Amino acid sequence: MATAALKRTPLYEQHAKAGAKLVPFAGWEMPVSYEGVRAEHLAVRSGCGVFDVSHMGEIETSGPDALGLLQRLLSNDVSRVDVGGAQYSVLCRDDGGILDDLFTYRLDDGRYLTVTNAANHERDFEWFAEHADEFDAGVSDAIDRYAMLAVQGPEARGIVAGLAAGELPKRMRTTTIDVNGAETLVCGTGYTGEDGVELLVPADDAAATWDALLAAGAKPAGLGARDTLRLEVCFHLYGNDMDEDRNPIEAGLGWCCKEATGFIGSEAVAAAREQGTAQRLAPFVLTGAGIPREGNAVVLDDQEVGIVTSGTMSPCLEVGIGMAYVTAELAEPGTEVEIDVRGKRRPARIESKPLYRREETDG
Amino acid sequence: MAEETYPDDLRYHPEHDWARVEGEEATFGITWYAQDALGEVVFYEPPEVGSEVTKDQAYAEVESVKAVSDVYSPLSGEILAVNEAIADKPEILNEDPYGDGWLVRVKLSSPSEVDELLDVAAYRKLLEDE
Repeated sequence: MATAALKRTPLYEQHAKAGAKLVPFAGWEMPVSYEGVRAEHLAVRSGCGVFDVSHMGEIETSGPDALGLLQRLLSNDVSRVDVGGAQYSVLCRDDGGILDDLFTYRLDDGRYLTVTNAANHERDFEWFAEHADEFDAGVSDAIDRYAMLAVQGPEARGIVAGLAAGELPKRMRTTTIDVNGAETLVCGTGYTGEDGVELLVPADDAAATWDALLAAGAKPAGLGARDTLRLEVCFHLYGNDMDEDRNPIEAGLGWCCKEATGFIGSEAVAAAREQGTAQRLAPFVLTGAGIPREGNAVVLDDQEVGIVTSGTMSPCLEVGIGMAYVTAELAEPGTEVEIDVRGKRRPARIESKPLYRREETDG
Repeated sequence: MAEETYPDDLRYHPEHDWARVEGEEATFGITWYAQDALGEVVFYEPPEVGSEVTKDQAYAEVESVKAVSDVYSPLSGEILAVNEAIADKPEILNEDPYGDGWLVRVKLSSPSEVDELLDVAAYRKLLEDE
């Protein structure tokens, strides 16, 4: 890895033009911020931000028994997704360990597109391909086919609608329409807790779409803001808040597991659901000063009772926030604990999800 | 973000801290270079008034979106005042590192230590070599 050249998305020139700070991320050279993390975060909460998430991968599953294959691999009940629908799930090993978390879109009868995390894409694709033999279905790696732009914020839909030759899909729906002259798969999904869409654009058209979004008022936003936004609403980050050593029950993802479908890992997940797990992932806020960070210990009565998996300063709440695996009985809103931040004990309280709630508007 | 500047009237510590010496008292802060290297500052907790600081030793931490960094004391003494405003608005450190971004005011215990600090020309030379 150390000597491998970093991959660049089709929007590399656009990032340079917008003054991005670029950093290595999962083998890609990605924008971490442009104007500043805080400003970009607040722009997404109050207006519209656009993220280049082209490092995320796509796997297309097709064929007469595409559903059978996905039902075997994905934790959720894929049979409930109609054409134009979207669904979140996890990919598990036989022992229930989480290999990735994924969004799957049903494009047509017998045709699905699954979006993977950049760091897991190759492993996911091999896993899909390995199991495809048992079904009358094929899988293809679609990562080079698309650039992916996440347009997020209260003004996001209006901005995209102004460039689109058709009606945008509702939340958790997907449709192919013309956006800025390019045939685009528009998905009513995101990772910020705001309304908005994600656009899967042919790689060659991505730069023009990006430019048009900026011209229409979207602000470029980087991975830094993407992380603070998702943490405020307690969306999991693979590699931090879950990995192969955690099962979906302890990760708080039991809601997207339908063991009756018999997916790989379903028996382990059913056992964990029935017996409970030693730890649970729980969101928390610091009640005083400080910023919790990944790897900080969670402490109660001088005993280590957990570990922080994500932590940041919340730009909207203006306090330190995070998620931590803690002893299961402590994972209840209201539990007072301490976070050991580089040797300083910072008082914290376990909270319920999400930590940040969008203000109700009558729009 | 402020423009890159290094005022002539300050003395500098090689760990990118400055001191504005006025008789037996001095004000400390971090340099433009330090805040630029840190990036967007998101957290600073002031030390306690009355506590002792020692030349070349850390007396506070400043945390940005990408790193945590110690703040070193350019001189020794006792803290007379701290800038509480930065705890509420840490971005002041990026916006005005030599003015509103001052960190502590100190009663010096060994004013002769000032002679060991760099003047602006020597500090600029150090930055060129970084």
